[in-house]
Amino acid sequence: MARAVVTVPPRARRGEIVEIKTLAQHPMETGFRRTQTGELIPRDIIRTFRCSYNGTEVFRAELHPAIAANPLIAFTTVATESGTLSFEWAGDNGYTVTEIAAIKVE
Amino acid sequence: MSPRLLLLAACLAGASARAGEIPPDQRRSGYETMSRETQKIQDDDATNPGMLWVLDGEALWGKKAGAERSCGDCHGDAKASMKGVAARYPALDAARGTPLTLEQRINACRVDHQKATPFTYESEELLALTAYVALQSRGLPIAPRIDAKTKPFLEAGREAFRRRQGQLNLSCALCHDDNWGKHLAGSPIPQGHPTGYPLYRLEWQSLGSLERRLRNCLFGIRARLPGFGSDELVDLELYLMWRARGMKLEAPAVRP
Repeated sequence: MARAVVTVPPRARRGEIVEIKTLAQHPMETGFRRTQTGELIPRDIIRTFRCSYNGTEVFRAELHPAIAANPLIAFTTVATESGTLSFEWAGDNGYTVTEIAAIKVE
Repeated sequence: MSPRLLLLAACLAGASARAGEIPPDQRRSGYETMSRETQKIQDDDATNPGMLWVLDGEALWGKKAGAERSCGDCHGDAKASMKGVAARYPALDAARGTPLTLEQRINACRVDHQKATPFTYESEELLALTAYVALQSRGLPIAPRIDAKTKPFLEAGREAFRRRQGQLNLSCALCHDDNWGKHLAGSPIPQGHPTGYPLYRLEWQSLGSLERRLRNCLFGIRARLPGFGSDELVDLELYLMWRARGMKLEAPAVRP
């Protein structure tokens, strides 16, 4: 199950700073752990996260093995115009999840 | 007596060993002793990772299984039909004559009515459905039904709670009734009320059931680990819910 939850305020005033919270379901296996028989568990992490606001990238993050499972990424952006925010997580083993959220700016 | 001496006397009184069951007005959920940061993760559904499982559970609720029947086909909208259910489990199953935990009830329903294979304990599916059902009781007081039929199981659970076991020769009660609020290797000892299960434990990096937590604790005192769904764990679960009766359910909770 690969799921992500994004929380964006549905409405905002023009120029207002809005907080965006994202939660992605992912085990974030570090690649440093071993099984009880000593075999290395292969790394399986999210590598990048991007957020675009009406096509313009407003936030990007690189993720690394020390980041906890189900990473929560919260950030802010300035509400400039009504439209959509799109979110994209990409990682090892072909993991990609995309989400979109609408924002109405008045 | 100087204020300083008074304070010292108060500290000494507080440090003296408590014994017996915790009076209702002194009961505290583990929520109250965890850090403010962890509390905030739990409080906001946008940051509570347990909600990821709840959403999966919501999808499973409407998914047909086995004999082409979904949970929703019989139970309808979980928001109405499952309200308060998690607060009264483990509950007696009349046909079996024993109490069933919420997980066992979900699996019994899958086998008896959906004609599907039961989920394995701690599987993503079982945790997801349990979390979704438990969420419908959030904020409601815990109220397991205790009557003549469930009483023997409650007493067995109480006995298990008080029995010293394992290489460290400790009972649950020694820590969680007698020494809560003190520290064990830097971590506060909680009273051990099951108010938020299934819950997201930061240490696990995942959602887990009460039975996982109980086995965790038993492993810590180096005791024999009863299997998932064993009578011993179910009885203990029933006792713990009775012990926390009246406290508010906060599933899916977050704990360190």
